[in-house]
Amino acid sequence: MTPADATTLAPTTSAADAGLAVEMLGVNKWYGDFHVLKDVDLRVKKGEKIVICGPSGSGKSTMIRCINRLEEHQAGRIVVDGIELTEDLKRIDEVRRDVGMVFQHFNLFPHLTILENCTLAPIWVKKMPKKDAEEVAMQFLKRVRIPEQARKYPGQLSGGQQQRVAIARSLCMNPKIMLFDEPTSALDPEMVKEVLDTMVELANEGMTMLCVTHEMGFARQVADRVIFMDAGQIIEMNEPNAFFADPKHERTKLFLSQILH
Amino acid sequence: MSAIDTSSVFVRAEMAEARAAPISTTGLVGWVRTRLFGSVFDGLLTLLGMAIAASVIWSIFDFAVVRAVWTGEDGGVCRTPTAGACWPYVTAYWKQFLFGRYPAEERWRAILVFAVFFGLLAPLALPKIPFKRLNALLFFVGMPIFAYVMLCGGWFGLEPVETTMWGGLLVTLVVAVTGIVCSLPLGILLALGRRSKMPIVRTLSVVFIEFWRGVPMITVLFMAANMLPLFMPDNVDVDKLLRALIGVTIFTAAYLAETVRGGLQAIPKGQYEGAMALGLGYWQTMGLIIMPQALKLVIPGIVNSFISLFKDTTLVLIVSIFDLLGMIQSSRSDPVWAAPSTGTTGYLVAAATFWIFCFGMSRYSMWLERRLATGHKR
Repeated sequence: MTPADATTLAPTTSAADAGLAVEMLGVNKWYGDFHVLKDVDLRVKKGEKIVICGPSGSGKSTMIRCINRLEEHQAGRIVVDGIELTEDLKRIDEVRRDVGMVFQHFNLFPHLTILENCTLAPIWVKKMPKKDAEEVAMQFLKRVRIPEQARKYPGQLSGGQQQRVAIARSLCMNPKIMLFDEPTSALDPEMVKEVLDTMVELANEGMTMLCVTHEMGFARQVADRVIFMDAGQIIEMNEPNAFFADPKHERTKLFLSQILH
Repeated sequence: MSAIDTSSVFVRAEMAEARAAPISTTGLVGWVRTRLFGSVFDGLLTLLGMAIAASVIWSIFDFAVVRAVWTGEDGGVCRTPTAGACWPYVTAYWKQFLFGRYPAEERWRAILVFAVFFGLLAPLALPKIPFKRLNALLFFVGMPIFAYVMLCGGWFGLEPVETTMWGGLLVTLVVAVTGIVCSLPLGILLALGRRSKMPIVRTLSVVFIEFWRGVPMITVLFMAANMLPLFMPDNVDVDKLLRALIGVTIFTAAYLAETVRGGLQAIPKGQYEGAMALGLGYWQTMGLIIMPQALKLVIPGIVNSFISLFKDTTLVLIVSIFDLLGMIQSSRSDPVWAAPSTGTTGYLVAAATFWIFCFGMSRYSMWLERRLATGHKR
């Protein structure tokens, strides 16, 4: 989408937002009394790849889940592709149509075949004719290298295959931004690589990506920036080489020493 | 560094092939040995069970076949002390069992409704037959209108037949089918309402469900038949059968709502999130993702309620609507057929009919469950 389109679609777009895929300004969130996100500021340019890491409970998942409004933020601004997220359900729908998400536990629909999983949203949300949706789906299933599984059910596939289907399912909606929430954490070690390979390919094609992951090899290979979060805040952000070679913050050093053995 | 001494340990040089299980644990021999005669005590229990089963089956067979009276003009033939089932009584009365007091010359209308009903239900229930959408439309929209017009009459030159004249299996099926078809959607809506984030919708659903679950079915029917007219304006007269239908539907819907809610709670949060992240709206998420899975999980519970409803239709007797059991009940006191075994014979017929319908529902639901089990299939 050109910036001109973005302005017509979303009245909140300002000239300064042009070229930004995601903008978070002073975002705060509480679960009851617990302060999960504290004044988070983040700007992600179109085409940029961001890897987010940090200890569990640091708010990294919550942060990316705010981007497609699976979680609601209570203070601050979040603008996704020129659309500010507010209570307005229409805007939320618009954002969700543009943002794909891949989950730790795949969240495929077990009662539908692989192909139906992929065509469901295009048919019902984008009102695409079934035949076209199936063509698009097969194209993406080929790209994640499992077209032969199209007629099977998710329960018949391995974890790695299921996660690749989940990626294909998101891509069928032709998203501008992809969110990954620990996509390889629930996989058997043997299957991590096939999923990461798919993600690397996607990154090489220029997709804007935000990945919560502890796969540091992946971070080195594709990330433009690595973000380290702790206690609901972004406490370090750098390009990968500098991030791994020369972490500034004590907490980052400790974390990296724990996971890079 | 010296090589490890492997002479004392066993290391496979080749992969082992899978071998067949021992014969004593599989097949008929294994089945009999493990399940019937696993030990001396098991063997004794098996023999005891077989003896009890044989004696029960024999006594039913003895009554219904061996000592049964097959022909006769009236109850006289059944009045001998040794007589078993009095089948001539059933022969004489079976039309009343089916249609109640529905006028004899109009019975073809009820037969036609039965035929169309089963003619549409069978292809709907069997997966191989095409045109499911048209079939469902005919069954859920066309069928009720057709049945209403045919049974009530008053249109197209059909003689009007008051619902007070309806009876027998016809009433049983009308009450049960209407109850089943109307209570499920209502129950689903109530279950969704109870889990809604909107306080008013939630409260109303909770109050509705808890109220109807809290009163006995008989009370509901009694209230509907006798109390409701007192509260209604004089000129409004709701048909008694219709009132019973509404009572049964609401009562069952309240139970179904809780069953369905149980299913909804079993669906992982990830399914909602997966659907939301794809941009599906609330009704799309519920209709396409959540309900198909939740309903599949609670098929046993739903069918439980349906079977319950089917049998509870007999309670309409207390508001003087004569269903199958009611017809049998009233016909047994006919002096022409009065005999010691008349009642037993009638009840045997009622039991067998109800059992066939309920067992059919039960088997169909089990088959449906297996067919829909995609989630855990490897």
